Amino acid sequence: MHNGILYLVTQDIREALLPIAGSEIIVNLTIMALGIALMFGLVTGSALIFTLLERKVCAFIQVRIGPNRVGPGGTLQSLADMLKLMSKEDIVPQGIDMWLWVLSPALIFVPSALIYAMFPFDDGVIFADVNIGLFLILAITSQSVLPFLMGGYASNSKYAMIGGMRTVAQMLAYEVPMVFALMGVVMLTGSLKMSAIVEAQTDVWFVVLQPLAFLIFMVAALVESNRPPFNIVEGESEIIAGPFTEYTGMRWALFFLAEFANLLSISIMTTTLFLGGWHGPEFLPGMVWFAIKVMIMVLVYQWIGWTFPRLRIDHMLTFGWKVLLPIALVNVLLTGIGIYVFNWL
Amino acid sequence: MAQTEHYILNMGPQHPSTHGVLRVKVELDGERIVHCTPVMGYLHRGIEKLMESRTYTQCVPFTDRLDYVSSMNNNWAFCGAVEKLAGIEVPERAEYIRVICAELNRIASHQVFIGSLLIDLGAATGMIYAFRDREKVLDLFNIICGARMTCHYIRIGGVIKDAQDEFLKETQKFVDYVPQMLQEYDNLFTGNEIFMERLKGTSIITKEDALRFNMSGPNIRASGHEYDIRKIDSYGVYDRFDFQVPTGTKGDNWDRYRIRFEEIRESARIIQQALDSIPAGPYMAKVPKVLKPAKGDVYHRVENTRGELGFYIVSDGTTKPYRVHIHRPSFINLQALDTMCKGLLLADAVAAYATVDPLMGEVDC
Repeated sequence: MHNGILYLVTQDIREALLPIAGSEIIVNLTIMALGIALMFGLVTGSALIFTLLERKVCAFIQVRIGPNRVGPGGTLQSLADMLKLMSKEDIVPQGIDMWLWVLSPALIFVPSALIYAMFPFDDGVIFADVNIGLFLILAITSQSVLPFLMGGYASNSKYAMIGGMRTVAQMLAYEVPMVFALMGVVMLTGSLKMSAIVEAQTDVWFVVLQPLAFLIFMVAALVESNRPPFNIVEGESEIIAGPFTEYTGMRWALFFLAEFANLLSISIMTTTLFLGGWHGPEFLPGMVWFAIKVMIMVLVYQWIGWTFPRLRIDHMLTFGWKVLLPIALVNVLLTGIGIYVFNWL
Repeated sequence: MAQTEHYILNMGPQHPSTHGVLRVKVELDGERIVHCTPVMGYLHRGIEKLMESRTYTQCVPFTDRLDYVSSMNNNWAFCGAVEKLAGIEVPERAEYIRVICAELNRIASHQVFIGSLLIDLGAATGMIYAFRDREKVLDLFNIICGARMTCHYIRIGGVIKDAQDEFLKETQKFVDYVPQMLQEYDNLFTGNEIFMERLKGTSIITKEDALRFNMSGPNIRASGHEYDIRKIDSYGVYDRFDFQVPTGTKGDNWDRYRIRFEEIRESARIIQQALDSIPAGPYMAKVPKVLKPAKGDVYHRVENTRGELGFYIVSDGTTKPYRVHIHRPSFINLQALDTMCKGLLLADAVAAYATVDPLMGEVDC
């Protein structure tokens, strides 16, 4: 039985709404709309907070102070940034492929926001608890390569073109080990359903049972979300900003937003798949545990990003294909043997 | 009929990692570099020509603007040339102060090198650490002459102001801090696997090639050729100090990076010795108000942070130089870029610019 706080709250709202709306369908639709609005609020709101957090964390690592002028302690900095970006001129370069160019920043946000439907935030709080949840997540995240390629191709800029090409190479090289790493988790759970994966971690988190998969997933997730040290797609010292080179103002801000939405989503995935999701000692509700774990993962990813130099593309591809993939395959084998031995015992 | 052709990429003059306004035409095959041609001249101000219409004293500030991160060395090169031309004897104390300032400047310049190399490799954090420590040197310059980058402190005949006790004390503090500082850099990035992978074995320039290109400074020393003006054609009071000339073996990016590291250590040693033995006395020679060197020409070279910086001055006996030519190490070192980058990846080219360490103010002159 579900007993997460958020789930119970939703039930209360549902019961309160039923007499007013009259029909079950309208209540369901209302709840759904409310949930979608909340989700978007979470994604964009987190982007605003993460902008500030990123800058503060980076400043802390770099022995600086960071933004401290706008608002108390610089807390309104990201709002100021947003205002600035909105007031910027929208420059459309010459010779671009207009349709692709305009679509690219809009489309990049779709996969980033869509996968939130499959994340279990608390006991029973998940939008689409489909049987193939994990599969859907992987399928949707791999779509994020297309907008990058579109933007890179359509921009009529050589830097953007190189960036777009790099995206494809890097996504291919890391999608495969990531999927094989998650295979271990799926084998242990016996299901692709996200809630079942969290449920299976009630006693032991998968980070204990699948340490190899955890590490592979962390690396691959950094690559998938273009976080440093794997941000060769935008590698600012080589190709300026890769596919975003020619974008300005709000169009660029959408790329930016998607980047932070991705940071949040990889942290959520790490938490859900390896760190027990919303499980935790009883004295705090599951949702709070979930939030704490996610925030820790966000900080870890930022810490990694601000410490290492960027990889070179060939090293990165070699690492993906020749190191991570074999390890991931070995992990699948070991997990299989482990399950067999466990059942035999 | 499908056909493939090389991809010409114009890096610069506006590019985050060309250290100013260098433009490099890169011919790419995929991401491999087929050719890269540095295109210079975006910062050309005609300093050589401008000097012809200024008196010798007025020429000195121009040298600040050549290699603006190691202005002390530049001042010294020009002043040394004029002193040689006019036969001016520089007081002992001034020579010592010059050594201290020049070596401090070498440290500051190498910190800019380390910082910009790191940011070109995508490690923004390391860059902040290097620039934080460079600030300490700039503060020292602030104490001694009031300027931080374009110092104009070394003048013809000596230095413009005596080194105060405060400066000497603070310098001592900085020298004591140097080993700790280098240790911190080592901990942060030298041992990093990604960093080593990026630098080791890339952009190799052999000793023969380096000699052929007439390279100098840390770049040729990284290729294993022990060529340091401070040793082979000692100027000032460098012959009184005990220091090593670190050399590399392979001439790759890694060697060029390590050389700078070791040079910071050696510079600190020189400063320590100079601080211990600095004599009292005048800091400026008696230089005539109207300086009219006799007819003739002179070439004076110093070991700038980037290599052999030489001034060739022709005097026609008037107050202004008849012709000045500047032998700029950055300009010459940069010519090797094509040889270094051939067949490597775009990201390596960026690392190669950084390790050659050209300074556009000096390249374009």
